[in-house]
Amino acid sequence: MAQYKNKKVKTHKIGIYLWIWGLLFVFSFFSYMVDYLNFEGSLRWTLIVLFMLSKAALIVAVFMHLFWERYAIVNVLLWPMTLMLLFVWIMVAESEYTLLTRLFYFILGG
Amino acid sequence: MSRAIDKLPKGWSGLTSDFSSDQKAFKGISWGKAMMWIFILSDAFIFSCFLISYLTGRASTTAPWPDASIVFGLEVFGTSVPLLLIAIMTFILISSSGTMAIAVKYGYEKNRKLCAIFLLLTALCGAAFVGMQAFEWTKLIFHEGVSPWNNPFGAVQFGSFFFMITGFHGTHVTVGVIFLLIMARKTWRGDFDTGRRGYFTTMKSDYLAIEIMGLYWHFVDLVWVFIFAFFYLW
Repeated sequence: MAQYKNKKVKTHKIGIYLWIWGLLFVFSFFSYMVDYLNFEGSLRWTLIVLFMLSKAALIVAVFMHLFWERYAIVNVLLWPMTLMLLFVWIMVAESEYTLLTRLFYFILGG
Repeated sequence: MSRAIDKLPKGWSGLTSDFSSDQKAFKGISWGKAMMWIFILSDAFIFSCFLISYLTGRASTTAPWPDASIVFGLEVFGTSVPLLLIAIMTFILISSSGTMAIAVKYGYEKNRKLCAIFLLLTALCGAAFVGMQAFEWTKLIFHEGVSPWNNPFGAVQFGSFFFMITGFHGTHVTVGVIFLLIMARKTWRGDFDTGRRGYFTTMKSDYLAIEIMGLYWHFVDLVWVFIFAFFYLW
């Protein structure tokens, strides 16, 4: 790590971190409100996922400084994570089939 | 003084030139930081396995799934507020991420005292989070009878998923708090300025260690964002 010694590092002003901190509070408050106000169905799920992904993006981009990194590391990290979320979605879609099969055999008796 | 990294091509052509270049693909970041990112990626795979098993388990069970906002509600002055404890825990963990980001900033600037103070604040928030989680677990296990094999509120799988996922996350927070305290002590003592060698590694360290610590801590917060959304709000 010798090359990092005595290196002048460009740093960001503290304001950007406070802003992101505030935004994370606002998004968390909104997603809590989704539960508090009892939104139901696809409106609820859309809002939850929207606020969740916004918070995740802010944390990864600013707090973890990925926004300022070179494309090599950004691509190595973000593509597997995207595929992971895709995999989650595929498996959730699959689980509905499992539920239908269970209802068919357990409750209707086949 | 212009740095060598500023002369490299940027964007997508930077991507190809970095990967076809000599010696290292990840320019401008140390091996320690690259390895922390790789660790975070592999840890994300583990948590995504939990997420998949939880979501599919929840969607395919024939028993009704308990309403999280009632299970995790708290009584405050006689009125029950849904998910109150979880909301407080969320705000505390986000605050710890904010203080960590500021600690990393002061680490970049080699500001020894402020860096150590903000690391300590982060550790305090993390410890508060674990404490509240312990309170939540105690309430569920001893007062409401929820366990990995039993759940009075509905589907039995709820208990096993809950303890597995929040337990694994809580372990990450606990480990993070321990390392934050160690780092705060090292920073305060001036190890990164004097070049004092680490006890285990016997190597000299740098304020870069704070940045790597920060990556881990933000990841713990990131996982909680997903747990909060999928486990508590869904």
